[in-house]
Amino acid sequence: MSLKLGVPSKGRLMEQTFNWFADRGVTLRKSKSDREYAGTVSGVEGVSLVMLSAGEIPRELAAGRIHLGVTGLDMVAEKLADWPSQVSDISPMGFGYADLIVAVPKFWTDVETLDDLDAVAAQFRARHGFRLRIATKYHRLVRQHLRDAGVADYQLVDSQGATEGAIANLTAEAIADITSTGATLVANHLKILGGDPILASQATLFLSKSAEMDAANEAAWHTLKQKLGV
Amino acid sequence: MITAAEVRQEADRLLSEFMAAGAVRVEAEILQPAETFLDLYGEDIRGRAYVTHDPFRGEHLLRPDFTVPVVQAHMAEGQEPARYTYAGAVFRAAENGASQAAETWQAGYEVFDRNDPVAVDAEVFARISELLTNVPVRAATGDIGVLMAAVNALDTSDKRRAALMRHIWRPAKFMKLMKRFSSATIERPKAGMPANYPAIGVRDVSEVMERLKTLEEEVTAPSIKGEDVAVIDQILALKEKSPEAVSQLRVMATNMPALMPAIDLIEARLDALTNRGVKVDDLDFEGSYGRTSMEYYDGFVFGFYGVSDNVETAIATGGRYDALTSILGLGRSIPAVGGVIRPKALLELRGTV
Repeated sequence: MSLKLGVPSKGRLMEQTFNWFADRGVTLRKSKSDREYAGTVSGVEGVSLVMLSAGEIPRELAAGRIHLGVTGLDMVAEKLADWPSQVSDISPMGFGYADLIVAVPKFWTDVETLDDLDAVAAQFRARHGFRLRIATKYHRLVRQHLRDAGVADYQLVDSQGATEGAIANLTAEAIADITSTGATLVANHLKILGGDPILASQATLFLSKSAEMDAANEAAWHTLKQKLGV
Repeated sequence: MITAAEVRQEADRLLSEFMAAGAVRVEAEILQPAETFLDLYGEDIRGRAYVTHDPFRGEHLLRPDFTVPVVQAHMAEGQEPARYTYAGAVFRAAENGASQAAETWQAGYEVFDRNDPVAVDAEVFARISELLTNVPVRAATGDIGVLMAAVNALDTSDKRRAALMRHIWRPAKFMKLMKRFSSATIERPKAGMPANYPAIGVRDVSEVMERLKTLEEEVTAPSIKGEDVAVIDQILALKEKSPEAVSQLRVMATNMPALMPAIDLIEARLDALTNRGVKVDDLDFEGSYGRTSMEYYDGFVFGFYGVSDNVETAIATGGRYDALTSILGLGRSIPAVGGVIRPKALLELRGTV
């Protein structure tokens, strides 16, 4: 069994991952057919490539089906409970920057902080008879963050995409989503609440704590680590 | 090692003890509609409970407690006064990888009675205490009513008192609000006018304007006085045997006379407990007891703790939850007190004797 490296299977995240490894003398290559999710690793012996959806890489690492994986810290922190007990973060990779933030309509000039949001949640529930809705796909991270901040009388509604549009579509009053430039938020008349983001994320190389490491894998990992300088 | 069969047998034994004391046995569905619990406890319950999905029936929780369904059943069809008992599993998710059991058996006793509240408090405490006589337990008590009386007595705006009451079960947020409301200067919000931006969503401009007005009032509202803050701090730090706790509370009440009725109630309860054979001289009273993880209790609160494997575990807990009955009673309400014993924890503790 070779050392399995899981990387995002498409898009900019895949390209940047390939470049990051190439800069360090390890060539990752997708197979010739554009549609086939398979690839090869050259520049280091005993490592094989597994092409996966970035969102599935945390689960595969936790299950020990891959030894190494590249994905955003946001994905790992959302999907794995107590993630440091399941995977080690070997190295941040300097791309795929994204902050998980809470945003509200810009015209809510009475809201600057989570304390304001909590006060508005009480006002909203009293006026409308239901809990203020926050659209997100990061349920666990957002819930923990709001609990620690003492926010009550809200509910999370699931939004797997186009989350910034949820408020104008009347399906939520606020959103919690990742943003890199904030341009989409501005275009949708939203503003980010003050204070630190819920999570500052970037693409990161993770090592599974449960994947089986035989002597050959150990040797391959040792060599790879030196090449990558991590 | 305690087996599942032993736990059930012990739960049944406790159930029959409660029935022998006059309680009517009730059942509650394992699958409970999620909405009731979410509206009551907020989104946090999703982290603590098992949420199940059904394409037609929607979201349900694996029963996180018995109190809510028992109150609902009583409010729908119960006779007054009523004494109920039940036994079964409650389910709690380990949100942060805690070692807490997913499934815990409980045997409980709940009383709905409009007469003589302190006598009912004492009855429930004593009933549970009687079933723990041969095991080494430490009893702790508290009374959320004291803190509530103190908040109600604060010389500040209604809105501030309401905000403090709303967060009375969230200690960190409560302290943050106390700090804000007692600081001499509150910054004027630098907010612009909402009309400068498109008004999107369900919350409209009038709601923003209303809250901007509230924020403006905040700037000039009288700040909570230092001596009142000190009384709240003293209540929260109080940890004494009950008689001493009452005398210390009486001293605090010289600065805040509005505490007197709540203190009189504690004293009357101690008499009622004495009448039930409880040794109140040894009974711990903690001013902040029951403020976390017991969100619906709003009066007398109690717990019995035992030490096994050097860890103190709760063998039984309970308290008064008058407000819960009005929330679930759709306009009606009835004073209520209840408590549960955890048969497994009890058997484990008995095993250490």
